[in-house]
Amino acid sequence: MLPLVLRRIMATIPVMGVVALTVFALLHLTPGDPAQLIAGDYATPQDIAKIRTTLGLDKPLLTQAGIWLSNVLRGDLGTSIYSGLPVTTLIAQRVGPTVALTLLAMVISVALAVPLGVLAAWRQGSWIDRVIMIASVSGFSMPVFWLGFLLVWVFSIWLGALPVQGYQPLAEGPWQFLRHLVLPAATLSLIYMALIARMTRASMLGVLGEDYVRTAFAKGLPPRRVLLGHALKAASLPVVTIIGVGFALLIGGAVVTESVFALPGIGRLTVDAIVRRDYPVIQGVILIVSGVYVLLNLVVDMLYVFLDPRIRY
Amino acid sequence: MSEAPQRGFLRRQPTMVVGLACLGLILVTSLAAPYLHTVDPTSLRPITRLQEPAREFWFGTDQYGRDIYSRTLYGGRISLLVGVTVGLASLALGILIGLVTGYARRLAAIVMRVMDGLMAIPAILLALALMALLKASVRNVIIALVIPEIPRVVRMVRASVLSLREQTMIEAARALGAETPRILGCYILPALVAPLIVQGTYICASAMLFEAYLSFLGAGTPPEIPSWGNIMAEGRAYVQRAFWIILFPGAFLAATVLAVNLVGDGLRDLLKVK
Repeated sequence: MLPLVLRRIMATIPVMGVVALTVFALLHLTPGDPAQLIAGDYATPQDIAKIRTTLGLDKPLLTQAGIWLSNVLRGDLGTSIYSGLPVTTLIAQRVGPTVALTLLAMVISVALAVPLGVLAAWRQGSWIDRVIMIASVSGFSMPVFWLGFLLVWVFSIWLGALPVQGYQPLAEGPWQFLRHLVLPAATLSLIYMALIARMTRASMLGVLGEDYVRTAFAKGLPPRRVLLGHALKAASLPVVTIIGVGFALLIGGAVVTESVFALPGIGRLTVDAIVRRDYPVIQGVILIVSGVYVLLNLVVDMLYVFLDPRIRY
Repeated sequence: MSEAPQRGFLRRQPTMVVGLACLGLILVTSLAAPYLHTVDPTSLRPITRLQEPAREFWFGTDQYGRDIYSRTLYGGRISLLVGVTVGLASLALGILIGLVTGYARRLAAIVMRVMDGLMAIPAILLALALMALLKASVRNVIIALVIPEIPRVVRMVRASVLSLREQTMIEAARALGAETPRILGCYILPALVAPLIVQGTYICASAMLFEAYLSFLGAGTPPEIPSWGNIMAEGRAYVQRAFWIILFPGAFLAATVLAVNLVGDGLRDLLKVK
Protein backbone atom coordinates (compact mmCIF):
# COMPACT_ATOMS: atom_id res chain seq x y z
CA MET A 1 0.00 0.00 0.00
CA LEU A 2 2.65 2.46 1.04
CA PRO A 3 4.70 2.43 -2.19
CA LEU A 4 1.41 2.94 -4.03
CA VAL A 5 0.56 6.00 -1.97
CA LEU A 6 4.06 7.37 -2.33
CA ARG A 7 3.97 6.89 -6.07
CA ARG A 8 0.71 8.80 -6.35
CA ILE A 9 2.07 11.61 -4.21
CA MET A 10 5.16 11.80 -6.42
CA ALA A 11 2.89 12.14 -9.45
CA THR A 12 1.33 15.28 -8.04
CA ILE A 13 4.63 17.10 -7.69
CA PRO A 14 5.00 17.99 -11.38
CA VAL A 15 1.40 19.20 -11.38
CA MET A 16 2.01 21.46 -8.41
CA GLY A 17 5.18 22.59 -10.11
CA VAL A 18 3.22 23.70 -13.11
CA VAL A 19 0.67 25.41 -10.88
CA ALA A 20 3.45 27.28 -9.12
CA LEU A 21 4.99 28.25 -12.43
CA THR A 22 1.64 29.39 -13.82
CA VAL A 23 0.98 31.46 -10.73
CA PHE A 24 4.42 33.04 -11.02
CA ALA A 25 4.05 33.58 -14.74
CA LEU A 26 0.63 35.21 -14.36
CA LEU A 27 2.25 38.35 -13.13
CA HIS A 28 5.17 38.36 -15.49
CA LEU A 29 3.93 37.11 -18.83
CA THR A 30 0.97 39.40 -19.28
CA PRO A 31 1.42 42.65 -21.20
CA GLY A 32 2.67 45.49 -19.11
CA ASP A 33 5.39 46.05 -16.62
CA PRO A 34 4.73 44.16 -13.36
CA ALA A 35 6.14 46.97 -11.28
CA GLN A 36 3.76 49.37 -12.96
CA LEU A 37 0.83 47.01 -12.48
CA ILE A 38 1.61 46.74 -8.79
CA ALA A 39 2.21 50.43 -8.39
CA GLY A 40 -1.13 51.29 -9.89
CA ASP A 41 -2.34 54.01 -12.17
CA TYR A 42 -1.32 56.97 -10.05
CA ALA A 43 2.29 56.10 -9.34
CA THR A 44 5.22 58.32 -10.21
CA PRO A 45 8.26 56.90 -12.04
CA GLN A 46 10.17 57.02 -8.76
CA ASP A 47 7.52 54.89 -7.03
CA ILE A 48 7.67 52.37 -9.83
CA ALA A 49 11.47 52.21 -9.66
CA LYS A 50 11.35 51.77 -5.88
CA ILE A 51 8.85 48.94 -6.17
CA ARG A 52 10.96 47.34 -8.82
CA THR A 53 14.03 47.17 -6.63
CA THR A 54 12.18 46.25 -3.44
CA LEU A 55 10.45 43.30 -5.03
CA GLY A 56 13.51 42.30 -6.98
CA LEU A 57 11.77 42.75 -10.30
CA ASP A 58 14.92 44.08 -11.93
CA LYS A 59 16.66 40.73 -11.72
CA PRO A 60 16.50 38.31 -14.64
CA LEU A 61 13.29 36.31 -14.88
CA LEU A 62 14.81 32.93 -14.04
CA THR A 63 16.46 34.36 -10.93
CA GLN A 64 13.17 35.81 -9.80
CA ALA A 65 11.45 32.47 -10.40
CA GLY A 66 14.13 30.70 -8.43
CA ILE A 67 13.89 33.10 -5.51
CA TRP A 68 10.11 32.93 -5.45
CA LEU A 69 10.09 29.15 -5.61
CA SER A 70 12.64 28.77 -2.83
CA ASN A 71 10.61 31.14 -0.69
CA VAL A 72 7.46 29.17 -1.29
CA LEU A 73 9.13 25.92 -0.36
CA ARG A 74 10.27 27.50 2.88
CA GLY A 75 6.70 28.54 3.59
CA ASP A 76 7.12 32.21 2.75
CA LEU A 77 4.42 33.26 0.34
CA GLY A 78 5.40 36.88 0.24
CA THR A 79 3.96 39.98 1.83
CA SER A 80 0.69 41.63 1.03
CA ILE A 81 1.16 44.95 -0.72
CA TYR A 82 -2.01 46.36 0.78
CA SER A 83 -1.69 45.39 4.43
CA GLY A 84 2.00 44.60 4.77
CA LEU A 85 1.19 41.35 6.56
CA PRO A 86 2.72 38.06 5.44
CA VAL A 87 0.42 36.25 3.06
CA THR A 88 0.54 33.10 5.17
CA THR A 89 -0.76 35.04 8.17
CA LEU A 90 -3.61 36.48 6.14
CA ILE A 91 -4.58 33.08 4.83
CA ALA A 92 -4.37 31.48 8.26
CA GLN A 93 -6.68 34.16 9.64
CA ARG A 94 -9.31 33.56 7.02
CA VAL A 95 -9.16 29.84 6.55
CA GLY A 96 -11.65 28.99 9.31
CA PRO A 97 -14.89 30.29 7.78
CA THR A 98 -14.06 28.94 4.34
CA VAL A 99 -13.26 25.46 5.62
CA ALA A 100 -16.42 25.45 7.75
CA LEU A 101 -18.57 26.59 4.85
CA THR A 102 -17.07 24.19 2.34
CA LEU A 103 -17.15 21.18 4.62
CA LEU A 104 -20.73 21.82 5.68
CA ALA A 105 -21.78 22.28 2.06
CA MET A 106 -20.01 19.08 1.02
CA VAL A 107 -21.58 17.06 3.83
CA ILE A 108 -25.07 18.36 3.07
CA SER A 109 -24.62 17.81 -0.66
CA VAL A 110 -23.35 14.26 -0.50
CA ALA A 111 -25.81 13.26 2.22
CA LEU A 112 -28.77 14.48 0.20
CA ALA A 113 -27.69 14.05 -3.40
CA VAL A 114 -26.54 10.44 -3.37
CA PRO A 115 -29.83 9.06 -1.99
CA LEU A 116 -31.76 11.27 -4.40
CA GLY A 117 -29.71 10.03 -7.32
CA VAL A 118 -30.20 6.43 -6.27
CA LEU A 119 -33.93 7.05 -5.93
CA ALA A 120 -34.10 8.66 -9.35
CA ALA A 121 -32.30 5.74 -10.95
CA TRP A 122 -34.39 3.18 -9.08
CA ARG A 123 -37.60 4.83 -10.19
CA GLN A 124 -36.41 5.77 -13.64
CA GLY A 125 -39.02 7.43 -15.82
CA SER A 126 -41.41 8.08 -12.95
CA TRP A 127 -42.43 11.54 -11.81
CA ILE A 128 -39.95 11.33 -8.92
CA ASP A 129 -37.15 10.79 -11.38
CA ARG A 130 -38.30 13.66 -13.54
CA VAL A 131 -38.69 16.04 -10.63
CA ILE A 132 -35.27 15.21 -9.25
CA MET A 133 -33.61 15.60 -12.63
CA ILE A 134 -35.31 18.88 -13.43
CA ALA A 135 -34.45 20.19 -9.98
CA SER A 136 -30.86 19.12 -10.59
CA VAL A 137 -30.49 20.87 -13.91
CA SER A 138 -32.16 23.96 -12.50
CA GLY A 139 -29.94 23.99 -9.44
CA PHE A 140 -26.92 23.62 -11.63
CA SER A 141 -27.98 26.51 -13.85
CA MET A 142 -28.73 29.09 -11.21
CA PRO A 143 -26.19 31.75 -10.33
CA VAL A 144 -24.97 31.03 -6.82
CA PHE A 145 -25.33 34.56 -5.55
CA TRP A 146 -28.84 34.93 -6.95
CA LEU A 147 -29.87 31.82 -5.11
CA GLY A 148 -28.16 33.17 -2.03
CA PHE A 149 -30.04 36.43 -2.19
CA LEU A 150 -33.30 34.59 -2.77
CA LEU A 151 -32.73 32.50 0.34
CA VAL A 152 -31.73 35.58 2.30
CA TRP A 153 -34.91 37.32 1.21
CA VAL A 154 -37.12 34.40 2.16
CA PHE A 155 -35.48 33.31 5.38
CA SER A 156 -33.91 36.44 6.77
CA ILE A 157 -36.02 39.32 5.56
CA TRP A 158 -39.42 37.81 5.13
CA LEU A 159 -39.39 35.14 7.83
CA GLY A 160 -36.72 36.73 9.99
CA ALA A 161 -35.57 33.30 11.10
CA LEU A 162 -31.90 33.41 10.17
CA PRO A 163 -29.25 36.13 10.22
CA VAL A 164 -28.60 37.95 6.99
CA GLN A 165 -24.84 37.95 7.06
CA GLY A 166 -21.81 37.41 9.14
CA TYR A 167 -19.95 34.58 10.71
CA GLN A 168 -19.62 33.30 14.26
CA PRO A 169 -16.67 31.04 14.96
CA LEU A 170 -17.37 27.65 16.49
CA ALA A 171 -15.58 28.64 19.66
CA GLU A 172 -18.32 31.11 20.49
CA GLY A 173 -21.13 28.61 20.52
CA PRO A 174 -22.23 25.93 18.08
CA TRP A 175 -25.83 27.18 17.75
CA GLN A 176 -24.86 30.64 16.49
CA PHE A 177 -22.15 29.06 14.39
CA LEU A 178 -24.71 26.93 12.61
CA ARG A 179 -27.31 29.65 12.31
CA HIS A 180 -24.91 31.87 10.45
CA LEU A 181 -23.67 29.09 8.24
CA VAL A 182 -26.96 27.44 7.28
CA LEU A 183 -27.95 29.79 4.47
CA PRO A 184 -24.52 30.04 2.83
CA ALA A 185 -23.99 26.30 3.08
CA ALA A 186 -27.46 25.58 1.69
CA THR A 187 -26.84 27.93 -1.22
CA LEU A 188 -23.52 26.37 -2.05
CA SER A 189 -24.68 22.82 -1.59
CA LEU A 190 -27.60 23.16 -4.00
CA ILE A 191 -25.19 23.53 -6.87
CA TYR A 192 -22.94 20.72 -5.75
CA MET A 193 -25.95 18.52 -5.06
CA ALA A 194 -27.19 18.93 -8.60
CA LEU A 195 -23.90 17.67 -10.00
CA ILE A 196 -23.67 14.71 -7.65
CA ALA A 197 -27.30 13.67 -8.06
CA ARG A 198 -27.00 13.65 -11.83
CA MET A 199 -23.83 11.60 -11.79
CA THR A 200 -25.19 9.18 -9.18
CA ARG A 201 -28.30 8.61 -11.25
CA ALA A 202 -26.37 8.07 -14.48
CA SER A 203 -23.94 5.70 -12.84
CA MET A 204 -26.64 3.76 -10.99
CA LEU A 205 -28.63 3.38 -14.21
CA GLY A 206 -25.62 1.75 -15.77
CA VAL A 207 -25.16 -0.63 -12.86
CA LEU A 208 -28.84 -1.51 -12.43
CA GLY A 209 -28.86 -2.93 -15.91
CA GLU A 210 -26.15 -5.43 -15.08
CA ASP A 211 -26.84 -9.12 -14.76
CA TYR A 212 -25.63 -9.49 -11.21
CA VAL A 213 -28.17 -6.94 -10.03
CA ARG A 214 -30.92 -8.91 -11.72
CA THR A 215 -29.63 -12.03 -9.97
CA ALA A 216 -29.66 -10.26 -6.63
CA PHE A 217 -33.29 -9.29 -7.06
CA ALA A 218 -34.13 -12.78 -8.30
CA LYS A 219 -32.55 -14.22 -5.19
CA GLY A 220 -35.15 -12.33 -3.23
CA LEU A 221 -32.91 -9.78 -1.60
CA PRO A 222 -34.79 -6.72 -0.36
CA PRO A 223 -34.44 -3.73 -2.73
CA ARG A 224 -32.63 -1.65 -0.16
CA ARG A 225 -29.92 -4.25 0.21
CA VAL A 226 -29.48 -4.62 -3.53
CA LEU A 227 -29.42 -0.88 -4.16
CA LEU A 228 -27.20 0.15 -1.32
CA GLY A 229 -25.14 -2.93 -0.68
CA HIS A 230 -24.39 -4.03 -4.21
CA ALA A 231 -25.33 -1.49 -6.83
CA LEU A 232 -24.20 1.64 -5.08
CA LYS A 233 -20.79 0.25 -4.35
CA ALA A 234 -20.32 -0.64 -7.99
CA ALA A 235 -21.64 2.73 -9.13
CA SER A 236 -19.66 4.75 -6.65
CA LEU A 237 -16.54 5.31 -8.72
CA PRO A 238 -17.80 8.05 -11.03
CA VAL A 239 -19.67 9.60 -8.12
CA VAL A 240 -16.54 9.85 -6.02
CA THR A 241 -14.72 11.24 -9.05
CA ILE A 242 -17.27 13.97 -9.52
CA ILE A 243 -17.13 14.82 -5.83
CA GLY A 244 -13.42 15.39 -6.24
CA VAL A 245 -13.58 17.23 -9.52
CA GLY A 246 -16.63 19.25 -8.53
CA PHE A 247 -14.72 20.56 -5.55
CA ALA A 248 -13.28 23.22 -7.85
CA LEU A 249 -16.82 24.43 -8.51
CA LEU A 250 -17.43 24.38 -4.78
CA ILE A 251 -14.45 26.64 -4.18
CA GLY A 252 -15.60 29.00 -6.91
CA GLY A 253 -19.04 29.04 -5.37
CA ALA A 254 -17.53 29.64 -1.96
CA VAL A 255 -15.74 32.73 -3.25
CA VAL A 256 -19.02 34.19 -4.44
CA THR A 257 -21.07 33.00 -1.45
CA GLU A 258 -18.66 34.55 1.02
CA SER A 259 -19.13 37.80 -0.82
CA VAL A 260 -22.91 37.55 -0.57
CA PHE A 261 -23.04 36.60 3.10
CA ALA A 262 -20.06 38.67 4.23
CA LEU A 263 -18.15 35.71 5.61
CA PRO A 264 -14.55 36.67 6.40
CA GLY A 265 -13.03 33.77 4.53
CA ILE A 266 -10.44 33.14 1.86
CA GLY A 267 -12.91 33.93 -0.91
CA ARG A 268 -13.36 37.44 0.42
CA LEU A 269 -9.61 37.73 0.81
CA THR A 270 -9.13 36.83 -2.83
CA VAL A 271 -11.79 39.20 -4.11
CA ASP A 272 -10.40 42.07 -2.08
CA ALA A 273 -6.91 41.24 -3.33
CA ILE A 274 -8.12 41.19 -6.93
CA VAL A 275 -9.78 44.56 -6.62
CA ARG A 276 -6.69 46.02 -4.96
CA ARG A 277 -4.31 44.30 -7.35
CA ASP A 278 -2.52 42.73 -4.36
CA TYR A 279 -0.55 40.18 -6.36
CA PRO A 280 1.34 38.35 -3.60
CA VAL A 281 -1.98 37.52 -1.94
CA ILE A 282 -3.53 36.40 -5.23
CA GLN A 283 -0.54 34.19 -5.95
CA GLY A 284 -0.50 32.74 -2.45
CA VAL A 285 -4.20 31.95 -2.39
CA ILE A 286 -4.17 30.30 -5.80
CA LEU A 287 -1.20 28.20 -4.79
CA ILE A 288 -2.78 27.03 -1.54
CA VAL A 289 -6.24 26.41 -2.98
CA SER A 290 -4.87 24.51 -5.97
CA GLY A 291 -2.75 22.49 -3.59
CA VAL A 292 -5.81 21.54 -1.57
CA TYR A 293 -7.66 20.63 -4.75
CA VAL A 294 -4.82 18.42 -5.95
CA LEU A 295 -4.61 16.80 -2.53
CA LEU A 296 -8.34 16.12 -2.49
CA ASN A 297 -8.17 14.45 -5.89
CA LEU A 298 -5.24 12.44 -4.65
CA VAL A 299 -7.40 11.18 -1.78
CA VAL A 300 -10.12 10.37 -4.31
CA ASP A 301 -7.62 8.38 -6.35
CA MET A 302 -6.63 6.48 -3.23
CA LEU A 303 -10.28 5.76 -2.48
CA TYR A 304 -10.61 4.03 -5.85
CA VAL A 305 -8.44 1.20 -4.59
CA PHE A 306 -10.84 0.59 -1.72
CA LEU A 307 -13.95 0.92 -3.81
CA ASP A 308 -12.90 -1.23 -6.70
CA PRO A 309 -10.53 -4.05 -5.77
CA ARG A 310 -9.73 -4.62 -9.42
CA ILE A 311 -7.80 -1.37 -9.62
CA ARG A 312 -4.06 -1.63 -9.16
CA TYR A 313 -1.73 1.20 -9.91
CA MET B 1 -41.60 5.47 -35.52
CA SER B 2 -44.37 6.02 -37.95
CA GLU B 3 -45.03 9.64 -36.90
CA ALA B 4 -43.85 12.59 -38.91
CA PRO B 5 -40.33 13.69 -37.95
CA GLN B 6 -41.42 16.93 -36.27
CA ARG B 7 -43.96 15.34 -33.98
CA GLY B 8 -41.59 12.51 -33.22
CA PHE B 9 -38.87 14.93 -32.24
CA LEU B 10 -41.07 16.84 -29.85
CA ARG B 11 -42.20 13.66 -28.21
CA ARG B 12 -38.75 12.19 -27.95
CA GLN B 13 -36.95 15.26 -26.68
CA PRO B 14 -39.44 17.44 -24.85
CA THR B 15 -36.86 19.06 -22.59
CA MET B 16 -34.59 19.94 -25.49
CA VAL B 17 -37.46 21.59 -27.33
CA VAL B 18 -38.33 23.57 -24.22
CA GLY B 19 -34.69 24.60 -23.95
CA LEU B 20 -34.50 25.66 -27.58
CA ALA B 21 -37.75 27.58 -27.33
CA CYS B 22 -36.62 29.40 -24.20
CA LEU B 23 -33.25 30.17 -25.74
CA GLY B 24 -34.88 31.46 -28.89
CA LEU B 25 -37.15 33.70 -26.85
CA ILE B 26 -34.27 35.21 -24.93
CA LEU B 27 -32.24 35.64 -28.09
CA VAL B 28 -35.09 37.48 -29.75
CA THR B 29 -35.76 39.72 -26.76
CA SER B 30 -32.11 40.70 -26.43
CA LEU B 31 -31.55 41.37 -30.10
CA ALA B 32 -34.87 43.14 -30.57
CA ALA B 33 -34.48 45.08 -27.32
CA PRO B 34 -34.80 48.56 -28.90
CA TYR B 35 -38.24 47.62 -30.24
CA LEU B 36 -39.67 46.11 -27.10
CA HIS B 37 -40.78 49.12 -25.08
CA THR B 38 -37.32 49.84 -23.69
CA VAL B 39 -35.52 53.05 -22.91
CA ASP B 40 -31.80 53.76 -22.92
CA PRO B 41 -30.46 51.34 -20.33
CA THR B 42 -27.86 53.76 -19.05
CA SER B 43 -30.03 56.85 -18.70
CA LEU B 44 -30.29 58.08 -15.13
CA ARG B 45 -33.52 59.53 -13.81
CA PRO B 46 -33.06 59.95 -10.06
CA ILE B 47 -36.61 61.19 -9.65
CA THR B 48 -37.88 57.72 -10.46
CA ARG B 49 -35.43 55.81 -8.28
CA LEU B 50 -36.27 52.57 -6.52
CA GLN B 51 -39.78 52.15 -7.86
CA GLU B 52 -41.53 48.83 -7.63
CA PRO B 53 -42.45 46.98 -10.80
CA ALA B 54 -45.51 48.78 -12.15
CA ARG B 55 -47.16 49.82 -15.38
CA GLU B 56 -44.50 52.32 -16.32
CA PHE B 57 -41.46 50.30 -15.29
CA TRP B 58 -42.24 46.66 -15.81
CA PHE B 59 -39.35 45.44 -13.70
CA GLY B 60 -38.98 48.48 -11.48
CA THR B 61 -36.10 50.91 -11.28
CA ASP B 62 -32.77 50.89 -9.51
CA GLN B 63 -31.14 53.42 -7.23
CA TYR B 64 -30.35 55.76 -10.11
CA GLY B 65 -33.78 55.56 -11.66
CA ARG B 66 -32.66 53.32 -14.49
CA ASP B 67 -35.31 51.01 -15.90
CA ILE B 68 -34.49 47.44 -14.88
CA TYR B 69 -36.55 46.00 -17.73
CA SER B 70 -34.44 47.77 -20.35
CA ARG B 71 -31.21 46.94 -18.54
CA THR B 72 -32.17 43.31 -18.34
CA LEU B 73 -32.99 43.03 -22.02
CA TYR B 74 -29.84 44.82 -23.11
CA GLY B 75 -27.80 42.89 -20.56
CA GLY B 76 -28.81 39.71 -22.30
CA ARG B 77 -26.74 40.72 -25.27
CA ILE B 78 -23.55 40.73 -23.26
CA SER B 79 -24.23 37.40 -21.63
CA LEU B 80 -25.16 35.72 -24.90
CA LEU B 81 -22.18 37.26 -26.65
CA VAL B 82 -19.78 36.13 -23.95
CA GLY B 83 -21.29 32.65 -23.76
CA VAL B 84 -21.21 31.95 -27.46
CA THR B 85 -17.78 33.49 -28.02
CA VAL B 86 -16.17 31.66 -25.12
CA GLY B 87 -17.73 28.40 -26.30
CA LEU B 88 -16.52 28.78 -29.86
CA ALA B 89 -13.08 30.10 -28.95
CA SER B 90 -12.30 27.42 -26.38
CA LEU B 91 -13.46 24.74 -28.80
CA ALA B 92 -11.33 26.16 -31.61
CA LEU B 93 -8.18 26.54 -29.52
CA GLY B 94 -8.74 23.24 -27.74
CA ILE B 95 -9.16 21.39 -31.02
CA LEU B 96 -6.03 22.97 -32.44
CA ILE B 97 -3.84 22.14 -29.46
CA GLY B 98 -5.42 18.72 -29.01
CA LEU B 99 -4.89 17.68 -32.61
CA VAL B 100 -1.29 18.86 -32.64
CA THR B 101 -0.38 17.17 -29.36
CA GLY B 102 -2.06 13.99 -30.53
CA TYR B 103 0.71 13.58 -33.04
CA ALA B 104 3.71 15.53 -31.76
CA ARG B 105 4.88 13.39 -28.90
CA ARG B 106 7.64 15.52 -27.42
CA LEU B 107 5.59 18.68 -27.59
CA ALA B 108 2.70 16.79 -26.07
CA ALA B 109 4.60 15.95 -22.90
CA ILE B 110 5.18 19.60 -22.07
CA VAL B 111 1.81 20.83 -23.24
CA MET B 112 -0.12 18.20 -21.30
CA ARG B 113 1.75 19.01 -18.09
CA VAL B 114 0.82 22.64 -18.55
CA MET B 115 -2.79 21.62 -19.17
CA ASP B 116 -2.80 19.49 -16.01
CA GLY B 117 -1.46 22.40 -14.04
CA LEU B 118 -4.09 24.75 -15.46
CA MET B 119 -6.82 22.29 -14.61
CA ALA B 120 -5.58 22.07 -11.04
CA ILE B 121 -6.48 25.71 -10.48
CA PRO B 122 -10.21 26.18 -9.88
CA ALA B 123 -11.59 27.91 -12.96
CA ILE B 124 -13.04 30.91 -11.26
CA LEU B 125 -9.86 31.67 -9.37
CA LEU B 126 -7.89 31.52 -12.59
CA ALA B 127 -10.39 33.75 -14.33
CA LEU B 128 -10.34 36.19 -11.41
CA ALA B 129 -6.55 36.28 -11.40
CA LEU B 130 -6.46 36.90 -15.14
CA MET B 131 -8.97 39.72 -14.80
CA ALA B 132 -6.79 41.22 -12.11
CA LEU B 133 -4.07 41.56 -14.70
CA LEU B 134 -6.22 42.83 -17.54
CA LYS B 135 -8.32 45.93 -17.73
CA ALA B 136 -12.06 45.45 -17.43
CA SER B 137 -13.63 44.99 -20.83
CA VAL B 138 -15.85 42.45 -22.53
CA ARG B 139 -12.95 41.24 -24.66
CA ASN B 140 -10.76 40.60 -21.62
CA VAL B 141 -13.58 38.81 -19.85
CA ILE B 142 -13.83 36.49 -22.83
CA ILE B 143 -10.08 35.86 -22.74
CA ALA B 144 -10.14 35.25 -18.99
CA LEU B 145 -12.97 32.74 -19.40
CA VAL B 146 -11.54 30.90 -22.41
CA ILE B 147 -8.19 30.05 -20.84
CA PRO B 148 -9.54 27.86 -17.99
CA GLU B 149 -11.78 25.97 -20.44
CA ILE B 150 -9.11 25.04 -22.97
CA PRO B 151 -7.41 22.21 -21.01
CA ARG B 152 -10.55 20.09 -20.79
CA VAL B 153 -11.20 20.34 -24.52
CA VAL B 154 -7.55 19.57 -25.27
CA ARG B 155 -7.75 16.47 -23.09
CA MET B 156 -10.85 15.24 -24.85
CA VAL B 157 -9.52 15.89 -28.33
CA ARG B 158 -6.14 14.37 -27.60
CA ALA B 159 -7.67 11.25 -26.07
CA SER B 160 -9.77 10.76 -29.18
CA VAL B 161 -6.82 11.35 -31.47
CA LEU B 162 -4.70 8.86 -29.58
CA SER B 163 -7.36 6.17 -29.72
CA LEU B 164 -8.49 6.79 -33.29
CA ARG B 165 -4.93 6.88 -34.54
CA GLU B 166 -4.50 3.17 -34.05
CA GLN B 167 -7.50 2.19 -36.10
CA THR B 168 -7.19 0.35 -39.37
CA MET B 169 -8.78 3.06 -41.42
CA ILE B 170 -5.93 5.41 -40.55
CA GLU B 171 -3.44 2.78 -41.58
CA ALA B 172 -5.27 2.39 -44.84
CA ALA B 173 -5.31 6.12 -45.40
CA ARG B 174 -1.56 6.27 -44.84
CA ALA B 175 -1.06 3.47 -47.28
CA LEU B 176 -2.94 5.51 -49.83
CA GLY B 177 -0.47 8.34 -49.25
CA ALA B 178 -2.44 10.65 -46.97
CA GLU B 179 -0.38 13.15 -45.04
CA THR B 180 -0.98 13.82 -41.34
CA PRO B 181 -2.96 17.07 -41.78
CA ARG B 182 -5.32 15.29 -44.14
CA ILE B 183 -5.76 12.42 -41.73
CA LEU B 184 -6.48 14.86 -38.92
CA GLY B 185 -8.97 16.84 -40.93
CA CYS B 186 -10.79 14.14 -42.85
CA TYR B 187 -10.76 11.18 -40.52
CA ILE B 188 -10.25 12.20 -36.93
CA LEU B 189 -12.05 15.52 -36.75
CA PRO B 190 -15.42 14.24 -38.00
CA ALA B 191 -15.47 11.67 -35.21
CA LEU B 192 -15.03 14.44 -32.67
CA VAL B 193 -17.78 16.71 -33.90
CA ALA B 194 -20.61 15.25 -31.80
CA PRO B 195 -18.91 15.22 -28.38
CA LEU B 196 -17.36 18.61 -29.08
CA ILE B 197 -20.70 20.21 -29.87
CA VAL B 198 -22.11 18.88 -26.61
CA GLN B 199 -19.07 20.07 -24.68
CA GLY B 200 -19.38 23.43 -26.39
CA THR B 201 -22.90 23.98 -25.14
CA TYR B 202 -21.86 23.18 -21.59
CA ILE B 203 -18.91 25.59 -21.89
CA CYS B 204 -21.32 28.24 -23.15
CA ALA B 205 -23.62 27.77 -20.15
CA SER B 206 -20.72 27.81 -17.73
CA ALA B 207 -19.25 30.93 -19.36
CA MET B 208 -22.49 32.85 -18.97
CA LEU B 209 -22.59 31.98 -15.28
CA PHE B 210 -18.94 32.84 -14.77
CA GLU B 211 -19.30 36.18 -16.51
CA ALA B 212 -22.04 36.97 -14.03
CA TYR B 213 -19.85 35.86 -11.13
CA LEU B 214 -16.94 37.98 -12.33
CA SER B 215 -19.15 41.01 -12.84
CA PHE B 216 -20.79 40.46 -9.46
CA LEU B 217 -17.41 40.43 -7.76
CA GLY B 218 -16.39 43.59 -9.57
CA ALA B 219 -13.88 41.93 -11.86
CA GLY B 220 -16.00 41.48 -14.95
CA THR B 221 -17.55 43.71 -17.55
CA PRO B 222 -17.08 47.41 -16.86
CA PRO B 223 -19.96 49.06 -15.00
CA GLU B 224 -20.99 51.27 -17.94
CA ILE B 225 -22.10 48.23 -19.91
CA PRO B 226 -25.19 46.60 -18.41
CA SER B 227 -24.69 42.88 -18.02
CA TRP B 228 -26.80 40.65 -15.82
CA GLY B 229 -23.97 40.25 -13.34
CA ASN B 230 -23.37 44.00 -13.19
CA ILE B 231 -27.02 44.81 -12.58
CA MET B 232 -27.17 42.32 -9.74
CA ALA B 233 -23.94 43.59 -8.26
CA GLU B 234 -25.34 47.08 -8.12
CA GLY B 235 -28.53 45.79 -6.55
CA ARG B 236 -26.70 44.20 -3.63
CA ALA B 237 -27.25 47.05 -1.24
CA TYR B 238 -30.98 47.01 -1.91
CA VAL B 239 -31.87 43.40 -1.16
CA GLN B 240 -34.38 44.50 1.41
CA ARG B 241 -35.74 47.64 -0.22
CA ALA B 242 -35.70 46.81 -3.90
CA PHE B 243 -35.31 43.12 -4.42
CA TRP B 244 -36.48 43.37 -8.03
CA ILE B 245 -33.06 44.70 -9.07
CA ILE B 246 -31.56 41.32 -8.31
CA LEU B 247 -34.61 39.20 -9.04
CA PHE B 248 -35.19 39.83 -12.73
CA PRO B 249 -31.67 39.72 -14.21
CA GLY B 250 -30.98 36.63 -12.12
CA ALA B 251 -34.16 34.95 -13.30
CA PHE B 252 -33.25 35.69 -16.91
CA LEU B 253 -29.73 34.36 -16.39
CA ALA B 254 -30.99 31.22 -14.68
CA ALA B 255 -33.49 30.62 -17.47
CA THR B 256 -30.90 31.14 -20.19
CA VAL B 257 -28.30 28.89 -18.58
CA LEU B 258 -30.97 26.28 -17.91
CA ALA B 259 -32.08 26.44 -21.54
CA VAL B 260 -28.52 25.99 -22.80
CA ASN B 261 -27.96 23.07 -20.41
CA LEU B 262 -31.18 21.42 -21.57
CA VAL B 263 -30.15 21.86 -25.18
CA GLY B 264 -26.77 20.34 -24.35
CA ASP B 265 -28.40 17.37 -22.63
CA GLY B 266 -30.74 16.92 -25.58
CA LEU B 267 -27.88 17.06 -28.07
CA ARG B 268 -26.01 14.52 -26.00
CA ASP B 269 -28.93 12.11 -26.17
CA LEU B 270 -29.64 12.89 -29.80
CA LEU B 271 -26.09 12.50 -31.03
CA LYS B 272 -25.61 9.46 -28.81
CA VAL B 273 -22.61 10.87 -27.01
CA LYS B 274 -21.82 9.28 -23.64
